[in-house]
Amino acid sequence: MHINKNIAISETGFVFNPLTGDSFSTNQVGQEILRKLQGGTNQEELLKHLTEKFNIDKTTLEKDMTDFMLMLNSYQILMDDEKA
Amino acid sequence: MTKLSYERPVITKLNTGTMNKFGTRTEYAPVTQIDGVPVKKLIADYGSPCFVISERTIRDTYKNAVRAFKSRYPKVQFAWSYKTNYLNAVCNVFHSEGSWAEVVSIFEYEKALKNGVPGTKIIFNGPDKTESDLRTAIENNSMIHIDHFDELYQLSEILQDSGKKARVAIRVNMDTGIYPMWDRFGFNYEDGSAWSAINKIFAHPEMDFVGLHCHIGTYMLTTNAYSVAAGKLCDLAFNIKQRYNKNIEYLDLGGGFASANTLKGSYLQGGDIIPSVDDYAEAITSTILNYGFKPDELPTLFLETGRALIDDAGYLLGSVIAIKRLSDGRRATIMNFGVNLLFTAFWYNHRISPAQEISAQTEDMVIYGPLCMNIDVVRENINLPLLNKGDNVVVHRVGAYNMTQWMQFIQMRPKVVMIGMDGTPHIIREHETLDTMLRYEKMPAHLKEFKL
Ligand SMILES: Cc1ncc(COP(=O)(O)O)c(C=O)c1O
Repeated sequence: MHINKNIAISETGFVFNPLTGDSFSTNQVGQEILRKLQGGTNQEELLKHLTEKFNIDKTTLEKDMTDFMLMLNSYQILMDDEKA
Repeated sequence: MTKLSYERPVITKLNTGTMNKFGTRTEYAPVTQIDGVPVKKLIADYGSPCFVISERTIRDTYKNAVRAFKSRYPKVQFAWSYKTNYLNAVCNVFHSEGSWAEVVSIFEYEKALKNGVPGTKIIFNGPDKTESDLRTAIENNSMIHIDHFDELYQLSEILQDSGKKARVAIRVNMDTGIYPMWDRFGFNYEDGSAWSAINKIFAHPEMDFVGLHCHIGTYMLTTNAYSVAAGKLCDLAFNIKQRYNKNIEYLDLGGGFASANTLKGSYLQGGDIIPSVDDYAEAITSTILNYGFKPDELPTLFLETGRALIDDAGYLLGSVIAIKRLSDGRRATIMNFGVNLLFTAFWYNHRISPAQEISAQTEDMVIYGPLCMNIDVVRENINLPLLNKGDNVVVHRVGAYNMTQWMQFIQMRPKVVMIGMDGTPHIIREHETLDTMLRYEKMPAHLKEFKL
């Protein structure tokens, strides 16, 4: 699983996927995740980073992240590795 | 270092070119209090879920309806439609404003009597009146609205040799341009059944023919149907005068005015398309006034308005149990209330507001109730700010029919609280408990003990 590197993320949470032409809006935590993924951070590091930066427990975060990743996948922002 | 506050990560696809049809920002605005009482406090004190009724809203809505009619017509009398919401406290708010009672069963009838409504101010409607029900109504000199010929004959049998008189009216059904036509109740105007019933009643001196009744449907979006209905009742009244030289006392136009709820399948918000109570009043009163009655022979206008008088005053408070993702990617929010408490979710897209401060992010979701069955859907598609487990919501305009049609299935019924004119909440119906349920159950002796 890796992120589509061409994704554009604006300061205001506007996300554009040049592959599909779709645009999205995301919130602060969503932006943070997308940027870190683009920077090559892996899931474990990402969880650690987010629990340090935001006021959230690891269990809830993991649950929310799983859901978020599913959505990224369905929007083709995350790609399965074999397809790359 | 202090940590930043957290909000569940979301990403929403933006659709360019199409307008967002799920309403405006104001729909998302949190509703944190009702009549000055914080929603969080109501939930802390009375539990979640919980119904809340605003006495102030009932009185304001009622006064406005009375004004709309009385400013146009000299003799107007509302009768509270018990089935719409027969919690005694609600009924008594209406009675204290001057409303009589309209009932459709002996249970409702006795409730009205117990509330202190004199029998002479009770309208007894409906197709199901037993012999003993009819005797009670005759005894109390109530208005008996006859629904079918079998009832007419039964009433005549009861009255024979009793030395008593009954005050009767007939329910008339008719073509008002609204389909499907509600022709299963009452006597049809077009095919002459109504006349036939009138003639039969006049052949019975023990029946005093006092009025004509119709109830043409519910959530009527056109006022014209009321002009047509009022016109047809006037026509019958005129013919009665001509043939029997009798001025009938009243025309009862029933209920049916729409509330500001949005009907399912309607693209526009309910509040934007429904006629106002003034529009309905104008249609009805101008038809009667222009029909040609002599001023001193004008019949009293009765109204049995239900939902339009109580929907706005009722709220349902509830909480988010869980948030899920469905297999097709849609977000699902599960509430601790479902169609068990919100029967009207079958007809309406109820407005739902968060009860706490919200994030700027919104998402489309389906809202489910807690029942283990597929039809338990509160909203099929709604755009709301992010909700989390434990968050509270306020469902709007639930005053009509929910607190009478609610069902005890899987869950018990919650408390109903009325916020009084001075802002004090009063419990007007306790929540049910296991005891409530067990009170009516009986165990045969041979089933009392078992070994597992
Ligand atoms: C005879 C009669 N009157 C009044 C009403 C109240 O109707 P609404 O709530 O549509 O005003 C009803 C509702 O079904 C009814 O059957």
